[in-house]
Amino acid sequence: MEIITLVSTWLIPTFLLVVLSVAVIKRVPAYELFVEGGKEGVKMAFSLLPFLVGMIVSIAILRSSGALEAFINSITPLLQMVGIPADIMPLALVRPISGTAALGMTTELIATHGPDSFIGRLASTMQGSTDTTLYILTVYFGAVGIRKMRYALKVGLLADLIAILSTIIIVKIVFG
Amino acid sequence: MINIIWACMAIVGIVFAMFNGTMDEVNKAIFESASEAVTLAISLISILVFWLGIMKIAENAGILKGIAKVFRPVIVKLFPEIPKDHPAIGYIVSNITANLFGLGNAATPLGIKAMEEMKKLSGSETASRSMITFLALNTSGLTLVPTTVIAIRMQYNSVSPTEIVGTTIIASGVAVTSAILIDRFYHYKSTWRK
Repeated sequence: MEIITLVSTWLIPTFLLVVLSVAVIKRVPAYELFVEGGKEGVKMAFSLLPFLVGMIVSIAILRSSGALEAFINSITPLLQMVGIPADIMPLALVRPISGTAALGMTTELIATHGPDSFIGRLASTMQGSTDTTLYILTVYFGAVGIRKMRYALKVGLLADLIAILSTIIIVKIVFG
Repeated sequence: MINIIWACMAIVGIVFAMFNGTMDEVNKAIFESASEAVTLAISLISILVFWLGIMKIAENAGILKGIAKVFRPVIVKLFPEIPKDHPAIGYIVSNITANLFGLGNAATPLGIKAMEEMKKLSGSETASRSMITFLALNTSGLTLVPTTVIAIRMQYNSVSPTEIVGTTIIASGVAVTSAILIDRFYHYKSTWRK
């Protein structure tokens, strides 16, 4: 496992080294190209700003009203019958919707149950193994101006459902 | 679908607040979250500028083409609509690599660039098949090293912060596989109708 963390810290600096060296050898105008590419970045950030504001505000209304919490509480007993631990439910439901909220919940679960508890391991795996579907669709489609998402949201959310269920099964098998 | 979901999240929230007595919180959340979103977009500028600058050099120096060549066989199978030598493949591969190593900051600009190239191919404001496949991969979270989670576990004195790497890889593998299958299913379903 140490090798993997080593690779992830070395990857970016090494990549930079390779890119810049090749640019120098091939006599490509590196600095000018950097600035040119960077300008696109500024434009992109501003073009996706309204998409982010819209999505984040709507999610914030749902969360702050207490509706999300009430919904989770109402279905928890049902899920407990199937063997899904109640503590994990809020995280499982929030993970595809809000990245910051999910990270907060994961941290809280790890803090209260301990990182090496069953819930702690389950939360860790759940946080790491799927991404925030709504955020990714908002940012990626927003930045390039796609208006019709077609079946992208359905695919993302269904995959999240499978991911969450399989995470619970996998962690149960591996850590018992 | 996104229009309805977006509006419904807010509608349900506001109606619920009427009966739950949480209108105060909702009112506050509207303005706080709006400014939070702007802060997020602004903080993305640094990453976007840096990575798109570097990738512009990589593209002109022929590195992106080199990367694309190595992974071409797999990517071509996943994205049959993209021509073999198209720069989109280079960006897709770079995005996947960055994701695998938990470098979310680097992955986003590369992914957006890949989307831009795919939009050039389709030339429309409707999501293309390749875009949806690409986002299915991204939303299902392709991970080898969940760096943030490991950091949190270390912070709370885990005996073995990295012990969840194994389960994360398996779970993310299952997620990615099912995302690709579901994506294929909906793609073929949409072609049957025509």
